[in-house]
Amino acid sequence: MKKIFAYSDGLTRKPTHYCPGCTHGVIHRLVGETLMELGLRERTVGVAPVGCSVLAYEYFNCDMFEASHGRAPAVATGAKRTRPNLCVFTYQGDGDLASIGMAEIVHAANRGEKFTSIFVNNAIYGMTGGQMAPTTMPNQRATTCPAGRDVNDAGYPIKVAELLATLTTPAFVARVSVHSPQETVKAKQVLRQAFEYQAEGRCYTFVEFLSTCPTNWGLSPRESDSWLEQEMLPYYSLGIKKRPEDFEGGPKWK
Amino acid sequence: MTKVLMKGNEAIGEAAIRAGCLHFFGYPITPQSEVPEYLSKRLPEVGGQYVQAESEVAASNMIYGAAGVGMRVLTTSSSPGISLMAEALSYIACCELPVVVVNIMRCGPGLGGILPSQSDYFQATKGTAHGDFDIIVLAPSSVQEAVDLTIISFELAEKYRNPVMVIGDGMIGQMMEPVSFPDKEIGPPLDPGDWGLTGCKDRPRRIVNSLYLDPDLLYQQNIKLKEKFELIKQNELRFELYNCDEPYDLLLVGFGMMARICKTAIDQLKAEGLNVGLFRPITVNPFPYEACAEAIGRSKSVISVEMNMGQMIEDVRLANVEGKPVDFFGKTGGLIPAVEEVQDKVRESLAAMKK
Repeated sequence: MKKIFAYSDGLTRKPTHYCPGCTHGVIHRLVGETLMELGLRERTVGVAPVGCSVLAYEYFNCDMFEASHGRAPAVATGAKRTRPNLCVFTYQGDGDLASIGMAEIVHAANRGEKFTSIFVNNAIYGMTGGQMAPTTMPNQRATTCPAGRDVNDAGYPIKVAELLATLTTPAFVARVSVHSPQETVKAKQVLRQAFEYQAEGRCYTFVEFLSTCPTNWGLSPRESDSWLEQEMLPYYSLGIKKRPEDFEGGPKWK
Repeated sequence: MTKVLMKGNEAIGEAAIRAGCLHFFGYPITPQSEVPEYLSKRLPEVGGQYVQAESEVAASNMIYGAAGVGMRVLTTSSSPGISLMAEALSYIACCELPVVVVNIMRCGPGLGGILPSQSDYFQATKGTAHGDFDIIVLAPSSVQEAVDLTIISFELAEKYRNPVMVIGDGMIGQMMEPVSFPDKEIGPPLDPGDWGLTGCKDRPRRIVNSLYLDPDLLYQQNIKLKEKFELIKQNELRFELYNCDEPYDLLLVGFGMMARICKTAIDQLKAEGLNVGLFRPITVNPFPYEACAEAIGRSKSVISVEMNMGQMIEDVRLANVEGKPVDFFGKTGGLIPAVEEVQDKVRESLAAMKK
């Protein structure tokens, strides 16, 4: 009998600690599969963040760093600049990347660091127990905005993909989702494109994943998928926001 | 070895290259900005790379990344910037990675000023950042010694896989002196051994991590770091005795440029018939307590002379096992105690002893 589905060797066999229904596991799998399919695993160094995926270094089957909160892009810069033949990626949540680590992600992108950032946006702080994130939706309840996010007080959710796409430096910037099998298949293609650009030494690559948090959203996994589709998708539009090719014909400086 | 006239900050940059360090991540801050300026020009010439970070926070995490993949790396900053790097040094120490950090100290606290001081002694030697760990701290008192100690710093960092800090009071960074460098152009690259993240081809994967959720494992790591530092205490103490061959009634203890001012004061006092000794710790962490105790033991009293409000004096007191009188003389805020002021303090102290 032909084997048509198997555990990805891009991941260790360690059971993850993620809550039931959380889509971190799906995103981990997509990364692991992509590293295997592109033959990159043995020269890959990943950088885990602080947040729900703090233990990602236990799950990705490659050399791994654990970084301090928000600094994964700086750690990745140090690794990739000094060993450019490595494939380097950061795996970061929305508190890590869009709040405490905003300076590091913007400047890494702006310098055009040749690594890949995987940004998991589930609109909430998961590990610390459901506090408001920079990506929390307007009126969405969290433990530090129990009446819902008041945009007059906390501002609007940050669209990181769009923000990074405004930078002049060539980059590949995209937003994908894993709330349905169809979107998950598309997400994998985008992720693969990002790692291919890195392997070519082309540009900085950034893939934002919309992800669910059933535990802290107070919804079942199925309800969470629907909530993501109905509440997040209209605000966080999917698609490729920037390609390195876009720079061709862009500003020229003497 | 021909001598060249160089500014301290530039000489430190060149010393790093001679030690085989071809990667620098940093952020400009007075009075150390000549280090990144020099290396941004020089590193590309020798096949190295200079990266200007967006902040000291980022720079310190970049050196964590570079050291983690087994590459020799340097960052430099000045006092407020070192405060921002402190968190990363705690991670780097726990992960046992070799990095060299240079602090060209300016006066504080807060934004303070841009003039020289030795006010970061406590920060460097006692409480660099959160958690139980020690870094090796070396204090040069000339541009030549800054060069020599920068080169030694890389050796120590790699021998013990531990952060090493060179603390130079702002004068060292800014003044020009004749210096010579080792003849070899560039040292050999760092061996990433069995710890560097170089890609897991033909070997089990590796993890650079400071998270230990199991208290027993974290305690074991704390013990390992402590034992390592005990070994450093045994093997790596450096100090200088000046004018201690003849009997002396008074011992000055000073480090860095302050020790050099003390030497001039001592030379001139000798002409007056006053014999004063100097103990200069070169490793200020670990502090050479036994050697200092021995030097204090041969004196009637001791004065800790510092460009701060009295920090190293606590180590001098710890070394003062015989309970001799310990006094302090110092200034900070960017003021540098003059030779005459040190001499006045010495004369006053010797006169008080005779009463």
